[in-house]
Amino acid sequence: MMAFLKLLARNRLALAGGIVLSFVVLLALITPLLPLAEPNVTNTAARFQKLFTEGALLGTDHLGRDLLSRLMWGTRLSLAVGFAAAVVAATLGAAIGIVAGFYGGRTDNLIMRGVDMLMAFPYILLALAIVAALGPGLFNALIAVAAVNVPFFARNIRGITVGIAHKEFVDAARLAGLSNTRIILTEILPNVIPVIVIAMSTTIGWMILETAGLSFLGLGSQPPQADLGSMLGEARSALITNPHTSVVPGIMILIIVMSINLLGDGVRDALDPRLKSGALSRPMASTMVRRKDPVPQAEGKGLLEVQELQTQFHVKDRVYRAVGGVSLHVKPGECLGVIGESGSGKSVTALSVMGLVASPPGVITGGAVRYDGEDLIGAPYRKLREMRGRNVAYIFQDPLATLHPLYKVGDQLIEAIRAHRPISKSEGQARAIELLKAVRIPNAEKRITDYPHEMSGGMRQRVGIAMALANDPDIIIADEPTTALDVTVQAQILSLLDDLRRSRGLAIVFITHDFGVVGQLCDRVAVMYAGRIVEEGPTQSVLETPTHPYTARLMACVPELGEGKRRLEAIPGLPPVVDKLPAGCAFADRCDRVQADCRQGEIDLEREGARAVRCIHPVTPLKEAAE
Amino acid sequence: MGRYILGRLISAIPVLLGITVIVFLIMALIPGDPATAILGSYATPENVEKLNRDLGLDKPLVAQYFIWLGNMLQGDFGTSFSLNRPVIDEVLERFNGTLILAGTSFVICSVLGIMAGVISAANQYGWADKGITFVVLLGISIPSFFLGMMMILFFSVNLRIFPVSGMWPIYGTRDIWALLNHLVLPASALAVVATGVIARLSRSAMLEVLRQDFIRTARAKGVNERGVIWRHALKAAMVSIIPVLGIQAGFVLSGAVYIEIVFQWPGVGRMLVDAILKRDILLVQGGVVFVAACYVLFNIVVDVAQSLLDPRIKT
Repeated sequence: MMAFLKLLARNRLALAGGIVLSFVVLLALITPLLPLAEPNVTNTAARFQKLFTEGALLGTDHLGRDLLSRLMWGTRLSLAVGFAAAVVAATLGAAIGIVAGFYGGRTDNLIMRGVDMLMAFPYILLALAIVAALGPGLFNALIAVAAVNVPFFARNIRGITVGIAHKEFVDAARLAGLSNTRIILTEILPNVIPVIVIAMSTTIGWMILETAGLSFLGLGSQPPQADLGSMLGEARSALITNPHTSVVPGIMILIIVMSINLLGDGVRDALDPRLKSGALSRPMASTMVRRKDPVPQAEGKGLLEVQELQTQFHVKDRVYRAVGGVSLHVKPGECLGVIGESGSGKSVTALSVMGLVASPPGVITGGAVRYDGEDLIGAPYRKLREMRGRNVAYIFQDPLATLHPLYKVGDQLIEAIRAHRPISKSEGQARAIELLKAVRIPNAEKRITDYPHEMSGGMRQRVGIAMALANDPDIIIADEPTTALDVTVQAQILSLLDDLRRSRGLAIVFITHDFGVVGQLCDRVAVMYAGRIVEEGPTQSVLETPTHPYTARLMACVPELGEGKRRLEAIPGLPPVVDKLPAGCAFADRCDRVQADCRQGEIDLEREGARAVRCIHPVTPLKEAAE
Repeated sequence: MGRYILGRLISAIPVLLGITVIVFLIMALIPGDPATAILGSYATPENVEKLNRDLGLDKPLVAQYFIWLGNMLQGDFGTSFSLNRPVIDEVLERFNGTLILAGTSFVICSVLGIMAGVISAANQYGWADKGITFVVLLGISIPSFFLGMMMILFFSVNLRIFPVSGMWPIYGTRDIWALLNHLVLPASALAVVATGVIARLSRSAMLEVLRQDFIRTARAKGVNERGVIWRHALKAAMVSIIPVLGIQAGFVLSGAVYIEIVFQWPGVGRMLVDAILKRDILLVQGGVVFVAACYVLFNIVVDVAQSLLDPRIKT
């Protein structure tokens, strides 16, 4: 509770709303004690006194009554009626919701049907009908406003109750032989009350507005008694000649409702855990770049060259070093595998290339990504956008989430082309069919009008590949493209990618956690752990003689056909959290070859020929492995 | 699609019946003799008795309901005693005015609300976002009737740009420009709250969608930011915005009552308030049932729009 209040107080707007509201409520409470004029005493000789008149600070109304006094008494009445309506609506609504949610079945069905019927009415219309039946009057207006808000509470509370009614502690109470009434009162109600209070805090502003509205229409408080709404209603006829009589109560309603809304928003935000973590931030068009160290010089190693790349996630005051200085390169026609467990930083490395890491919270803090020698980190967004899809294309995991659900696949393909060159509709259509045929989708002419959800997983991933091919890129970065697919489909996709690479001379960066896939497709492989490369070399060589203990353990995780009863060894433990990396080797805690010097100081990536390893006690000595 | 619409129409029938039951039950709450309530306290006993017979009020409640429903289905909503004309004629005439007002408002609040929400989300935490958020907060906190009055004061009395009230000029031609001129202030005043609600919802729906994987795909394809926001994100966000548009249509339709009073607009809302104050029960009953039924039908349009947008909804 204290934590909640602290959180609320940190929200400056909510705090301001809370202070203003408390002030207004306090004034309303002490109104009878204040030295104010009688609110209902008329004095026609002193009609329509202006603001700041002697003896009448806010002037007087059409009957010469003191506006300040009427305002204070009116505020008191409006607040009381609005609050009462909220309490009545919340109590009734909660009772109905709890009964429906707790008993379920037919009772639930019947009640919720009725609630739906009430909700089918345009809101204020129902209130008008109720006032029509009961007759005008403040009390009747209160009943009407409360009644039209009951369905809202009933529905919310029912939802919560259904969730609670099947929890263990309720079952336990049932087994203990408690009556339903007791269970509702002692087990359900205490858990529902916070929700009721929150729902009230967000709707009480509405209720004050609505009762004021009914009074404004002359259906609420009756003269001489006045709430803020009827003050406005009475002042309306003198709007043009004496606007202050309207402005005074109107501004008061605005102040009250606005401060309640500010406070209500604050309450909601403080309770919504997603907002706490900042997860609801929208990712920007390209990843933020904040490089402090000098940019490494071009080495001319390949078409795509990643040098000492560092990408971090900044969440509140914590820094997660997802990629901590990774260097990679790939030549045309070559396939580089990047392998590692989830969270090793391989996807973040891949996304950093075209500035696609979600930002906030992602920040590229160092290194360079060179396409044909030119550094792309920190390149203007326009430049990046032009290269995305045209020079470097991506294929993502899980095409159901990565294709737009509401556009036909053909249109998504055409859009990929149109993003880079103007093309007529029929031309685009023809090209889309061509692309689908290139990825061996049968019946391509018909398939272009399919939506993603109408296709199978394998077909969707083919569409994903076709989209990557749309602009004949030089480099394809495939981020676990086969992970969501079953094995036979996976094999088809891999052979498709392999064919494309050979026929088009594509450079492929293939990200995976599966050594089996690496063996089938990749020329070279880089093993990543905790944001760094721990081993690198030609695929065959690494598969035959792994040097880093992590590589060896990772390979041991792959079952092999025909190998009989080989023991499948899972790697014990989890990768370290990348906001608190240990000194020395990050794998030390999970390694069975660990020695004291592993935990001391930085361990460099040692190179020997085509092989490289970041380990001082390798499984096989690097020299031996490199031969 | 035709079958889907038919299905929705059929499923609306129980809702429409439910609405008539609720209105009927509310009116049955009226204390004392309904005929006296309808005719007023100065009615002669003969007239009261005659009306009781005519309305079937001497019969049991259930029979009364079916007689009333049967009459309504034949277009007979009874006769308004205060206006001395058939309720249905009056309601239809007035509904026309409300439809023009609420319809215009609905277009304004949908377009402005969605645009504001999208711009706000696209510039999250930027100045545009902060400005829009503040204006929206102000908008949803101000009573529409007060806003309408202030608009009259400022635009009509001080600046003399727009007429003070009414739907048509008292003298002069009744053309579309005259109507639009009279429509600007009331339609804007009515739209403000709904615009705020829609803008808020659109903003959070957009923020939700912008974090989805398919947005990253669009960016990876090289789609420019405008396309990402307005084509990819907005289309997906519309799935959660459209139902709210339906709810807001109800607010605009019934909230029109305040604006009709403030701007002397000849609509159903003002008719209802007058009828309530005169205790013209049949007119209230007829008006409420008619407007509520129209709203139910409008919600079918909303559902159809939703199914056109989202192919995953089985049609």
